[in-house]
Amino acid sequence: MVAVEVGKGQGLSISRLLKSRGEIWAGPGLLLLATFFVWPLLRTIWVSFHKGSIIKPTREFVGINNYTDLLTNDPSFLKTELPPWSALFNSGLWVVFFTVGVIGVGLLVAVLGDDVKYEKALKAAVFLPIVISFTAASVVFRLVFAADSRIGSVNALWTTFGFDSVAWLGQAGTANTTLIVAGIWVWTSLSMTLLSSAYRSVPTELRDAARVDGATAAQTFWRVSFPVMRPTVVVVAVTMIINALKAVDLVLVMTEGGPSASSRIVGFTVFWEIFNNNRAGYGSSAAVLLLILVLPLMWYQMRNAGLDGETS
Amino acid sequence: MTTGTNQTPLPVIERLIRVTRKGPVHVLLGLVGLLWLLPSIGLLVTSFRTRSASSQSGWWTAAWEGGWTLDNYDTILSSSGEGLPPPGFAKALWNTVIITVPSTILPVIVASLAAYGLVWMNFRFRNTIYLGIVAMLVIPLQVTWVPVLKLFNTLDLTGSFNGLILAHTAYGLPFAVFLLVRGFSEVPRSLIEAARIDGASHIQTFRKIVLPLAMPVIISLTIFQFVWVWNDLMNALIFVQDVNKFPLTISIRNLLGQYGNEWHLLAAGAFVSMVVPLIVFLSLQRFYVRGLTAGAVKG
Repeated sequence: MVAVEVGKGQGLSISRLLKSRGEIWAGPGLLLLATFFVWPLLRTIWVSFHKGSIIKPTREFVGINNYTDLLTNDPSFLKTELPPWSALFNSGLWVVFFTVGVIGVGLLVAVLGDDVKYEKALKAAVFLPIVISFTAASVVFRLVFAADSRIGSVNALWTTFGFDSVAWLGQAGTANTTLIVAGIWVWTSLSMTLLSSAYRSVPTELRDAARVDGATAAQTFWRVSFPVMRPTVVVVAVTMIINALKAVDLVLVMTEGGPSASSRIVGFTVFWEIFNNNRAGYGSSAAVLLLILVLPLMWYQMRNAGLDGETS
Repeated sequence: MTTGTNQTPLPVIERLIRVTRKGPVHVLLGLVGLLWLLPSIGLLVTSFRTRSASSQSGWWTAAWEGGWTLDNYDTILSSSGEGLPPPGFAKALWNTVIITVPSTILPVIVASLAAYGLVWMNFRFRNTIYLGIVAMLVIPLQVTWVPVLKLFNTLDLTGSFNGLILAHTAYGLPFAVFLLVRGFSEVPRSLIEAARIDGASHIQTFRKIVLPLAMPVIISLTIFQFVWVWNDLMNALIFVQDVNKFPLTISIRNLLGQYGNEWHLLAAGAFVSMVVPLIVFLSLQRFYVRGLTAGAVKG
């Protein structure tokens, strides 16, 4: 506390409280967070033990039945009629390939694209999708992967090589992968931006010194630049894994989880069961499983955050 | 040969070797650039082609096949919205504006106050609360939808702009507070202490010192939140159950459902939705990138 308030204040007064307590400044925000995060989270866990609709989520208590149903009976969550394309399997593919793709291309552009003549144009091109909504991006990629080879550029190229045109989004074997490609296109913007600034933070003298000592470009990167960038790479990886697990927009607009539920992912299943199939309790149990999947990442983020210092 | 003549050609050879060795790198980077740019260009070209041209030939043939027109934008933006999924694109564009402006301003204000309180004031459990906010950055919104919708139904907020604006304000807060706490912490402690000793109230310190110094971060947050809300589909789908209040994103999805292969209209519609964020991005790119690199990410 600072001297000026010591002189003025005699005991507690409301105006003094208003002037000195951070809780009051943060009040509106904390109230909103409690209403839109804390309470709904607890409530969703409760709802997940019930059978019910959107209007009446807790109509009938069913214990852990939703969870056992989801994990043993659901035709597209853990089991699947079109092996191996279950929602959990697809989410796993997203976590691995989406994350690797986003970081791989992001690193490529950030590192190799640093200091080339067309750096600005290249980075602008990769950055652009950040302003495009998932909905518009879905239109973009429905066109790119259109089954008609006269219209879809991928199939146009594919048929040029002598293959038959493929319904990329219309068959179980390729739908999920195609969605991942669209996801990588959208999110690389963010990863490239963060990794670029990390690469720029590597002291040039370090790289020059390594080069003078005869290190190859690859050695310079892995031994000198990458260790400096590693924390950012980890941050981006964690962020992208979370994005992969939560994703729903692209799937909803591009395939609605189809064909035959083969491109569902966990984040989509939650939305679909609750709002399309009107099974609030069942969808909530999928939501709780989704939450459990992100918990390790949440723990990681919290471990690396924290406020230090005192207040004035 | 003397060393002199030997030395002059060497740099040339070296340069040649360097260029050829760098060749694959340039090819790779060029390929990435094309892969990232062409999908959008394809959509842009398609939006300027007639229905028959865009349904029978690829956009890349437009240079010689022709079939150019501006009619798609006329159709998409016609005020009657005839033949388009309700409420029509012109109305939906307006709805998006009505939703986005308050949903951008409110969280920035609420988060600024909270961040100032967290960083520069006495605060019980401040570290715990801050960690809680970091945790909320990760929480999938999926776990909040059912209870929040139920609450909105009870309060008669479902289907209103106010409900959605409130939801956007709350959902944007974890990232906003996180980013601003980082930004506000960078204000030198000595400045704040000097102001406080000179008798400035917290309100004065906030307005005269912290806000001006943290303005770049606040601007980047504003842009981020603006683009985020403008592009939102899921929250609008869940909380706006009134056709007349649908934003652009829902209109595009419905257009896709109604005319899955009418690429000329879909492309024009998608571009209409991109124009505003694109302008924001082009004019304020500096701040945007700064904000992205300052904080981690929102989801």
